[in-house]
Amino acid sequence: MTLDKLLSFDWGMMAPEFSIVITAILLSLIDLFMPNKVSRKPLALLGLAGIIVAIVFAVLQVGDPVGSILFDTYRFDSFALAFKLLFLVATAMIFLLALDFEGESKWAYRGEFYYLLMTALLGAMMMASSADLITLFVGLELLSISSYILAGIRKRNFHSNEAAFKYVVNGGIATAITLFGMSYIYGLTGQTNLYAISEMLVDPRVQENSFLVIMAFVMMFVGLSFKISAAPFHMWAPDVYQGSPTPVTTFLSVVSKMAGFTLILRLFFVIFLGTQGWHNQILLDAQPFIAFVAGATMVIGNVVALRQRNIKRMFAYSSIAHAGYVLVPFVSLSLIVFKTTWFYLLAYLLMNIGAFAVIQFVTSREKSEDFTAFSGLNKRAPLTAFMMAIFIISLAGLPFTAGFIGKFGIFMSSLGTGHYILASVMIATTVVSYVYYFNVMVQIYFRKGAGNRIRPTAGLAVVMVICTIGTLLFGIYPSLALDFFQSGFDINDLFTPSE
Amino acid sequence: MESILLSALVFSPLVGILVLAFMPNTEERLLKTVGLLATLLPLAFAIITYVGFTPGNVNIQFVEQYRWIDFQIKGLPNGGDFTINYDLGVNGLTVVLLLLTAIVSTLAAAASVWIKEHWKGYFMLFLLLEIGMLGVFASQNLLLFFIFFEITLIPTFFLIGKWGYIDKEKAAYSFLVYNGLGSAILLIVFIILYMKTGTMNYTGLSSFLHQPPEVLEQMYIGDEFRFGLLIALLVALGVKLPIVPLHTWMLKVHVQAPPSIVMIHSGILLKIGAYGVYQFGIGFFPEEFRQIAFWIALLGVINLLYGAFIAFVQVDFKRVLAYSSVSHMGIVLIGLASLNGAGMQGAMFQVVSHGLISALLFFLVGLIYERTGTSLITHLGGMAKVMPITAGFLLVGGLASLGLPGMSGFVSEFMAFLGLFKEMPVLAAVGTLGIILTAVYILRAVLGMTFGETKESLLQLKEPRFVEWLPALILTALIVLIGVYPAVLSDILQLTINAMMAGKGAVV
Repeated sequence: MTLDKLLSFDWGMMAPEFSIVITAILLSLIDLFMPNKVSRKPLALLGLAGIIVAIVFAVLQVGDPVGSILFDTYRFDSFALAFKLLFLVATAMIFLLALDFEGESKWAYRGEFYYLLMTALLGAMMMASSADLITLFVGLELLSISSYILAGIRKRNFHSNEAAFKYVVNGGIATAITLFGMSYIYGLTGQTNLYAISEMLVDPRVQENSFLVIMAFVMMFVGLSFKISAAPFHMWAPDVYQGSPTPVTTFLSVVSKMAGFTLILRLFFVIFLGTQGWHNQILLDAQPFIAFVAGATMVIGNVVALRQRNIKRMFAYSSIAHAGYVLVPFVSLSLIVFKTTWFYLLAYLLMNIGAFAVIQFVTSREKSEDFTAFSGLNKRAPLTAFMMAIFIISLAGLPFTAGFIGKFGIFMSSLGTGHYILASVMIATTVVSYVYYFNVMVQIYFRKGAGNRIRPTAGLAVVMVICTIGTLLFGIYPSLALDFFQSGFDINDLFTPSE
Repeated sequence: MESILLSALVFSPLVGILVLAFMPNTEERLLKTVGLLATLLPLAFAIITYVGFTPGNVNIQFVEQYRWIDFQIKGLPNGGDFTINYDLGVNGLTVVLLLLTAIVSTLAAAASVWIKEHWKGYFMLFLLLEIGMLGVFASQNLLLFFIFFEITLIPTFFLIGKWGYIDKEKAAYSFLVYNGLGSAILLIVFIILYMKTGTMNYTGLSSFLHQPPEVLEQMYIGDEFRFGLLIALLVALGVKLPIVPLHTWMLKVHVQAPPSIVMIHSGILLKIGAYGVYQFGIGFFPEEFRQIAFWIALLGVINLLYGAFIAFVQVDFKRVLAYSSVSHMGIVLIGLASLNGAGMQGAMFQVVSHGLISALLFFLVGLIYERTGTSLITHLGGMAKVMPITAGFLLVGGLASLGLPGMSGFVSEFMAFLGLFKEMPVLAAVGTLGIILTAVYILRAVLGMTFGETKESLLQLKEPRFVEWLPALILTALIVLIGVYPAVLSDILQLTINAMMAGKGAVV
């Protein structure tokens, strides 16, 4: 590739990614040259600033036509942008959480912590934008490897080490399986570009070997199920969530999971739906399989959460359950899946980050991760307790919160296409989830707790307030988000290969 | 003609919530006063709505409709259907229920003087509960109904679990899980209806579903499908109503919740189930409902007799009243299942009348419990000597409950059975046994408490002051008013029910 050709691409489209890359490099350099004893706190603010710049660039891109660079390996369409915005907003809030976390413990390597979050974010953004198996895989690995280190960043903490080790082993296996699945696709079609693959799949020679395509589908799906912690590939999640520092747990449960969903949507819809339309045999064959995974995820997540006493483990299982909910519209294979999934992930982002902010606040003040740490929170921090109640109500999917509208959208897409059993499983497990969610409420409001009034730091308070407002606002007037999605994002973008 | 009267009515308790939010936690008298005053605002709006309602007009009145949620997808050829409106309105039935809700809420707020702690949180949740109840009756669309329906769930959970008696948390969880399951089924039915018909508006749905079966068949809404939906609806609402055997949660709530909340619960929340069966069951699936009417009437008779039999052996007055509620809800089912003018009116009368009567009786339970610390019948013998007025009210409530002529209970039972005798005489004859049993268990309980030798523990009791039994007086007055002059209700209910009977629902 000549330099001229390289420069001829419209690199301006990558402005959000570049902001992240440059901030990450800056952070690592500053960290390198900073004296050891100096607080790394300003670095978090710098990282936050970088993300905000990226958000501004991304917002400016809303409504732009589809574009691509590097021979259509990296695409800029409304689908990618919609999810990138979610990643950026979520990571910005996680930086605020990290800011508070630093003050709590004396762990070293804080500089690494910030720029690894940046590279992980970059990986997620690449996953959203890739239109080629290779870039896609690079994004996936960038996100995964950064997360492995983040999980183990408390070097002298036993749980943190356990978390990192389990994560790296399980994650490695899952990535290998995904890659193996991709190799089948490449072997069959000779292409790595998603659109080219999609066109090749209708080729009679490939059709003759459709069982191999199914194998490839299953393997890629299994590998990615790990990323979104869907059952039965969820085993790592509770241990890793428990052992990681809370901001990292939040990142894994929100950004990493959302990136997994983005990848699944892009990969399977473009490859299998792109040229073959609705009656694609492979997707139809795969439906029961995905439905089973979704159902099992919801049941296992919600039922096992009932028995958890460690609050982070409880929320790990809760986030497994939510992965199951988000898989439900995917089974229904209607185009409404993009809007419902996007809205659900938006709601999930707000309520889950909010809840983890409160968890971080309470567990660090109480020096305990048992769920009784929440007892009497209403007396010690009434406002925080109230906000936690909103997050819990939203997670449980009760009305006037974003979580309810999100669930409603999912029900619409599954019941509208006749998936009554799956919808029933979802709603039954939702009722089960009331019990453990309300257990936390009972601790907060009914139990007497010892201790004085406690106050969250500014960073935590900002995150909690933003999440509360968002959860309520999108619950009462969801059109705000839905219309934004509607106006900026044309679903046909996804299926039109750029020239 | 857009008016915001209904929105103002439904959300008026918010004013109280906001005021309470900025008040100190410790000022008991002040908090109770503000809590009580806050319920007067929705009461005033409910009265304005009631007065402004034109009884001679079949249409839904005070309609409010705005575009609210939009799930449509850009770039999809058929993506324009998924719009949901914010949709309020009242008909002859719901305007009455709104007024009932506001009245019972105010009186229950008055009964909240017996709450011992955390008054601020209590009244904020109480008012939130009122928003939910008012919203349920003012909604003209399934999603809104469901949202308000669920809104009642959260505050009730807390009100039972925090301010109830010894076994309160178990009762609260039992309430949460049963009602959660019920509303889960309800949500599935609602969304299926929405996805099949493309509308959530009651009127739109009624007219859609009243198309000839052949037309519906083509839209994949066949006979069996409709039956399935109706049965699911009945199960979901049967939890709320409650229909035996889905009633166990409700007994726990009646016994464990504080009396003021039971007034609301038994007076209003149970009625949501009855209203739902009427509005959705009969309104959307009249033909199917007619075909299973016998079974519904049978369930009604079972409710009636089962509740009455079990009430007969209870030693705790609260449990007597709980089973009595089960029994009385049977009469609602009987009236609805008769599917004729008299029966339906009987059912609706019963909804209102039992709302008032059970509120009165639970108010008295609170009054007595506050003084004696017990509600066991055997511990309360001879109360009439020391508290004659309270005992008098208790007798009045009991007599109203067993359907003495001249009280509201008589009108409703009479009409419900009149309706059923026309359609299913044998079943009705069996059901009338329930009336006798009711008389027996009510009189046994009330006489056991009021007459006989006065227990020593009761001797130093004093009659409550006038302000304390004022709520009882108001409720009694309303009960007698409906009893001697049923036209206050029937005039306003008549047209709505006729419209429903004509199979058209109401037209906007």
